[in-house]
Amino acid sequence: MRKYVPKDNVQAKSYYTDRFWVAPRVPRSTVEDTHFLAVVEAVGTQANETYVELGQLVIHINPKNNFEVMKTLKEKCGYTQCSEQSAVDYLAQDNEFELFWQLLNINEAKRIRVICRLANGLAIESIEPLYKSANFAEREMFDMFGIKVNNHPFLKRILMPDDWEGNPLLKTYPLQGDEFASWYEVDKIFGKEYRDIIGPENRDPAKIDTEDTKRFSRVGYEVPFGADISEGETKTAIEYSETFLVDYNKNSSKQLDERR
Amino acid sequence: MAQHQVNYASSAGLPIALTSVDKLVNWGRSNSLWPLTYGLACCAIEMMASGASRYDFDRMGTIFRASPRQADVMILAGTLSKKHSEFARRLYDQMTEPKWVISMGSCANTGGMFNTYATVQGVDRIIPVDIYLPGCAPRPETLQYAMMMLQKKIRKESADMKKNTKQDLTTQTGKRARLI
Ligand code: SF4
Repeated sequence: MRKYVPKDNVQAKSYYTDRFWVAPRVPRSTVEDTHFLAVVEAVGTQANETYVELGQLVIHINPKNNFEVMKTLKEKCGYTQCSEQSAVDYLAQDNEFELFWQLLNINEAKRIRVICRLANGLAIESIEPLYKSANFAEREMFDMFGIKVNNHPFLKRILMPDDWEGNPLLKTYPLQGDEFASWYEVDKIFGKEYRDIIGPENRDPAKIDTEDTKRFSRVGYEVPFGADISEGETKTAIEYSETFLVDYNKNSSKQLDERR
Repeated sequence: MAQHQVNYASSAGLPIALTSVDKLVNWGRSNSLWPLTYGLACCAIEMMASGASRYDFDRMGTIFRASPRQADVMILAGTLSKKHSEFARRLYDQMTEPKWVISMGSCANTGGMFNTYATVQGVDRIIPVDIYLPGCAPRPETLQYAMMMLQKKIRKESADMKKNTKQDLTTQTGKRARLI
């Protein structure tokens, strides 16, 4: 029977994991810092869970409240920069995305991570009116995960071409691309009928086509450039240059028929 | 009366050089190869270094041109992403004949280390290549050597470009692609 390969996560995995290995977890602590306590109070009941990880406050919210929470954080708590925003694919596990926003308060030198879980197929509200940097970040999230953003001024793919199919950062997306991706440039430039002529991509960097006499030659079976060797090749004795390579121990070496 | 009389028939020979039209045309073509200023990734930095004063491409008659209409050589220097492949091909099509292509670096040759969904696995999938230049990144000397090899190739070609075959991309099935 063929080995079962899950289709919802096609990403490469490590080929060996110790059965007793437990992934180390980042230690969490309760909020004690006075600034962070003020932030938690300002956010109020909109926060589902708050804790401190590596000196950063983490706030879990509902996806519906994201705009109000960001507004509070920006206007009341001084978090004037949104340095990063993206998502994590947990579709296989929970059919959800985890969205996160990384905020920075320059005056206090503090960072906050706001996290929400968004069910597959739902849209999130854009925070572009608050943070201009969210414009490109949300477009990238849309491009890479297919998460729609409501009220975004210009929601369009940012990294991949506009006519691209698929969202490359999903765990269901293979690293070397699906069929559409592997023929993209051929289809676009020459048309689909050229697929047969140009042939599939060569993804094997060590591939040697023994019949291709334009790119490869075999020692002991040399043929002219581009000769057709589909009907087998003839063996030619290896000739050494008498001038440059002097065979001092004449005839004492032996050429093996096959590898030992 | 001339003070110095030149005896053409003596040892120096007649002031005539015998050649063929092909040789003359190829001499001109090979000594003024103008590449397109077209960098794709980190290899382009080496290409810029080759053009700058230390390595000095100009002494070989190789002057970078900013328009494909004036260029003879396309140096594909770097990673060609699938999004950009269409434009690379358009620039190649905009170049006037005769035109040659150098694929510079592992990325342009085979996709290199970017064995991913977004990189063209070898520019010869869309553009016929004359010289493959290995390396990551190839040093400027290597690019100049590739240019010299291209000059050598041109000198051997026929001046009539129609007689010169472009690279035929032979696939596993043995069919031929005519990607003029
Ligand atoms: S071959 Fe190396 S140096 Fe050149 S573009 Fe690719 S990664 Fe960069």
